[in-house]
Amino acid sequence: MDLINNLSLGFEAAFTLQNLMYAFVGCLLGTLIGVLPGIGPVATIAMLLPATYALPPVAALIMLAGIYYGSQYGGSTTAILVNLPGESSSVVTVIDGHQMARQGRGGPALAAAGLGSFFAGCVGTLILAGFAPALTEVAFKFGPAEYFSLMVLGLIGAVVLASGSLIKAICMIMLGLLLGLVGTDVNSGVARFSFDIPELTDGISFIAIAMGIFGYGEIIANLAQDEGEREVFTAKLHGLMPTREDFRNMFPAVLRGTALGCSLGILPGGGSLLSAFASYTLEKKIKLRSGEVAFGKGNIRGVAGPEAANNAGAQTSFIPLLTLGIPGNAVMALMVGAMTIHNIQPGPQVMTSNPELFWGLIASMWIGNLMLVILNLPLIGIWIKLLSVPYRWLFPAIVLFCAIGVYSTNNNTFDVWMVGLFGVVGYAFLKLGCEPAPLLLGLILGPMMEENLRRALLLSRGDWSVLVTRPISASLLVGAAVLLAIVLLPSVRSKREEAFVED
Amino acid sequence: MKPKSQKDFVSGLMFTCVGLAFAIGATHYNVGTGARMGPGYFPLMIGILLSIGGGIVMLGSLSSGAADGDPIGRIAWKPLGLIIGANLVFGLLLGGLPTLGLPALGLIAAIYALVVIASLAGTRFSIKNALVLATILAIGSYLTFIIGLSLQFQVWPTFISG
Repeated sequence: MDLINNLSLGFEAAFTLQNLMYAFVGCLLGTLIGVLPGIGPVATIAMLLPATYALPPVAALIMLAGIYYGSQYGGSTTAILVNLPGESSSVVTVIDGHQMARQGRGGPALAAAGLGSFFAGCVGTLILAGFAPALTEVAFKFGPAEYFSLMVLGLIGAVVLASGSLIKAICMIMLGLLLGLVGTDVNSGVARFSFDIPELTDGISFIAIAMGIFGYGEIIANLAQDEGEREVFTAKLHGLMPTREDFRNMFPAVLRGTALGCSLGILPGGGSLLSAFASYTLEKKIKLRSGEVAFGKGNIRGVAGPEAANNAGAQTSFIPLLTLGIPGNAVMALMVGAMTIHNIQPGPQVMTSNPELFWGLIASMWIGNLMLVILNLPLIGIWIKLLSVPYRWLFPAIVLFCAIGVYSTNNNTFDVWMVGLFGVVGYAFLKLGCEPAPLLLGLILGPMMEENLRRALLLSRGDWSVLVTRPISASLLVGAAVLLAIVLLPSVRSKREEAFVED
Repeated sequence: MKPKSQKDFVSGLMFTCVGLAFAIGATHYNVGTGARMGPGYFPLMIGILLSIGGGIVMLGSLSSGAADGDPIGRIAWKPLGLIIGANLVFGLLLGGLPTLGLPALGLIAAIYALVVIASLAGTRFSIKNALVLATILAIGSYLTFIIGLSLQFQVWPTFISG
């Protein structure tokens, strides 16, 4: 069995004392920062990325994956106990999870989230391991035209499935593409849009952009709000274990959530947010059993299902990244950045040229999930303590970590100026209601898209029809067009707006 | 005509301006043809598309929006200025500014400055609390970043470390 051989290779790579330690540290740090309200996975990863520079590539990626899961898990803890979603994908967890916490059932809610996520993580890892090699085969048939079309599909997918205004999201992508083009053009050596600033010829550091927009922008917005609204349910938390009745209710919900998450996560742009929403909608549609609490009043299915979906989606969203080298969402875009820093070009060749890294990463995902369950359920008391630390102690520390992190990437104060600039930009985006995640995706894909388009048109002698005459490329573009068309249909449009409105 | 969504109108305007700026900037480079794209080709294309997209957002904001006009709302100048300011002062103290002849004062001084300035943005500021927090963070950062991760930072001011 290939799958077993591959996985055992992966576990061999991941099960060294050193790598286990990094996975553990990653999960711990991720949870630690993720628990803080208002800090999502993107900001967490951006903030902690510099801490992995000194590590060997395998260890660094393992640690980053741990940070990602940890921050997601931490986010749901905050959602349940503080009624503040730390990230968009736990918005639905808030609805029933917080109600449970109010009724003194915060423990079972946290356990349901943790166990549901763990189960989904296991399934997601297996699917990732099973599907990745097959998709990699396909990827080798791709030429530049196909890659360009795939990126178009990915970007369109990312905005179609995201919340908010479609056209504004597309504009944000294009803004990201343009920002990604700043710096030296690889073909001609011309420094573009660099205003004769030497630091800009290397391009704008994506860490400065990510930290500025996601870190500073959100801190400023948080500070502008009143602090009084937060209420933490710590006193009422007793007993972690869900009852037998709870288990009976949550198990099918976890199964459904996992299935949804695994399939939606593979879609470009799908990832965890959409999976969580879809799962909650599905659970609400299924009839309540007798004696079950209504949705919105603290139903355990409303916690277990979306959390499982969310985690499964997070897992399978690694598939397009690892096989095709195309990030499907903002977190994966950061992963591309991290891989590039460690001199790994993400894409189909990683699996053949670097099998240890590829399978090690997959194995460590499972280990990371296991660690999270072990780490979080018994240690929940510590995270709760952290939640009761007032924000005025936390935010200067966060600002400091951002500043140190961004300085340490290049040991250059120029990046510190840039992160300040993008902090202002990020706050402006928040004020204008522009979702910043697509921008990050565009930023990473900008140079790749230009390069592939350039090659495709060079091969076709300037004939744009190459994008539609090659069958794979054409079908990818048709897919993108269909996605757009579906979303623009009036009936779907109103449904979509409905689905993203909390109720 | 008054836009029905102020947020959308301003963001559309922003997209159009940025798009145009990039497009105009791109014409200063060799644009080339499809078969032989110059460095200006792709930015020109995306810049034009972005400015068109911004135009659509602006047009849309005229016809639909929330009942209250979807206002941008008050800008939180105080946290904005203090957080960004803290960041800039951190950079200044840590790296110095050779063009102005400003010497680097090192990490520890920079941490104290950043924490105190950033703390001013909070609701209840107390200089004692800020200094306590700064001390904790300074010791913590020294242990993790300098000793633990051995990152290359200047820790103390030049006139002390020489």
